[in-house]
Amino acid sequence: MSNRRSPWLTLFTFGVYIFLYAPIVVLILFAFNSSRQNVVFESVVNKEPCGVFYWFCALTNNSDAIDAAGNTLTIAITSTILSTIIGTMAALGLQRYTFRLKSFSEVSLYIPIVIPEIVMGISLLVLFNGIFNGLNNAMQLAGDQRLGLGLGTVIVSHIAFSVPFVVLTVRARLHSFDKSVEEAAMDLGANEWTTFRRVTLPMIMPGVLSGAMLAFTLSLDDFIITFFTNGPGSTTLPIYVYGLLRRTITPEVNALSTVWIMVVLIALIVSRRLQRRAA
Amino acid sequence: MGELAVELRDVVKEFSDSEQIREVVAAVNHVSLQIHDGEFFSLLGPSGCGKTTSLRMIAGFELPTSGDVLIQGKPMGRTPPFQRPVNTVFQNYALFPHMTIGQNVAFGLEMKGVPKAEIGPRVQEALAMVRLPGYDKRKPRQLSGGQQQRVALARALVNRPAVLLLDEPLGALDLKLRKEMQLELKTLQREVGITFIYVTHDQEEALTMSDRIAVMNRGKVLQVGNSSDIYETPNCRFVADFIGEMNFIKGIIQAQAGRSATVGLDGGLTVHARCEQSIAAGTEISVAVRPEKMNIDSSAKMDNEFQGRVVSIVYIGTDTHYGIRLAGDQLVRVREQNNTPGSRPLASEGAEVKVSFAAEAARVLTA
Repeated sequence: MSNRRSPWLTLFTFGVYIFLYAPIVVLILFAFNSSRQNVVFESVVNKEPCGVFYWFCALTNNSDAIDAAGNTLTIAITSTILSTIIGTMAALGLQRYTFRLKSFSEVSLYIPIVIPEIVMGISLLVLFNGIFNGLNNAMQLAGDQRLGLGLGTVIVSHIAFSVPFVVLTVRARLHSFDKSVEEAAMDLGANEWTTFRRVTLPMIMPGVLSGAMLAFTLSLDDFIITFFTNGPGSTTLPIYVYGLLRRTITPEVNALSTVWIMVVLIALIVSRRLQRRAA
Repeated sequence: MGELAVELRDVVKEFSDSEQIREVVAAVNHVSLQIHDGEFFSLLGPSGCGKTTSLRMIAGFELPTSGDVLIQGKPMGRTPPFQRPVNTVFQNYALFPHMTIGQNVAFGLEMKGVPKAEIGPRVQEALAMVRLPGYDKRKPRQLSGGQQQRVALARALVNRPAVLLLDEPLGALDLKLRKEMQLELKTLQREVGITFIYVTHDQEEALTMSDRIAVMNRGKVLQVGNSSDIYETPNCRFVADFIGEMNFIKGIIQAQAGRSATVGLDGGLTVHARCEQSIAAGTEISVAVRPEKMNIDSSAKMDNEFQGRVVSIVYIGTDTHYGIRLAGDQLVRVREQNNTPGSRPLASEGAEVKVSFAAEAARVLTA
């Protein structure tokens, strides 16, 4: 065997990358289309206002899109913070303590990862409806006062499917964690909380950050579970775009998607930076 | 001196099997120890003998199932580790990997609330003491094993603890570095005058460094004494076997007069040996004799003299080891020093020789 790489391997690698990125490139390209139809690329748009960025400007006047983006970010940020805290605590608890039903609770924690999303979506919907019906009847709420699906239910659902991912990534980090380092901190006079803050947390930070990153991106582009658990005023971007598709797709959707890709890309770069610094 | 730095009073530690909470194992079984102020005290024993568990109970990482741990006369009860006047040097160093050496050493002082202005100089002083001045800006992973060990030592000593606990601190170092660090530790201990409690499974290390040693096995303390007590007058078969090399010769007590006993061996031989306790005639016992206390073809008249045949010769430089089969088929090892210029073997393989040793050098051990 020679050390020279086969040209076929290079070709194949390029093929995979084209397969992955061509759709994204086309999507971004069509955000600058002058035609309202998303089928043919006529020419680069150059209309007032904003010239080539016409569709991006049109987007800023679209209050539905802005609201959906706002909801998406609110849900993603809230659920990321909460699921990171819950998941990190769960991972530490599972690592540290032995208790009855431990293996059962470990397995059940990972079930949301393997069961179909649609099943989880339906079961959450059934759960929320049951709870709200019970509460509404018990408190005799009527009309606008009646509790129902909304931002809260979406956030709770997103936490539910994000926590297992955080637990997985943090536990992977804890696997190589040397417990005697914590003992050393306690030995030197740090109480439990100070030990956690000054020693444990900084050491598992890379795991916590990648867990948070995973939770954030999962929340940002979740469609199925959000579809079942959202309500009035909690439309997210995926739900909004899906709604648009049923009418006509204008380059506005492409502009929206382009912005979205940029946000995810920036989040990814930032988290890589943070992880490298923490490691 | 005279004051007790640490005392264990009838301490028991039982662990329940972590997976199935059924089996209870006593890691430490009714241990009582008194460790004096300023002493270099070693806990010596094979792995699983309870020495590390004992140390961890003094540090506060484990709580005794029953019994008391006292530090400077105060019962510790359930006092957490961060409120005990002791510091620990861990086997794997346990340095904080995300902090610099300086931050590592300063950690304990910071926790105690020592003023910032005082922390800096004390950290420098501690690093100078372990011969690592100017290393404060580096990260632990940039240091070698021996250097990390010294940082761990500085991090503990900078707090000026009443007692320093060391859990096999040299275990991960190579032989040459370990020997150097043994001397360094001993010198350091004399300089700072802090009580050291040192856990090790290495008998040579314990003999070299300690003022007193407690030999442990299966959760119990078998013997406490200084190096020569432990080596010269072991009080049981385990201690005799664990420390150094030992010949055990099976026999039956024939007669005892005070501290001297006559023991009958296979093949109609008799041996005179020292016996600390009174044992009924007819009891099966072992006679323990160190290989270097036996002589081959010595002209001096000894209490015990046997004929034997040389079955093996191993030359190891300073000494030569002879394997000799006695008339009663007992196999003994004899160690002769090569202390004359151009030493030649005293006997060749297959030769008939006379093996002799003093009654004082032989000890009767039960079990």
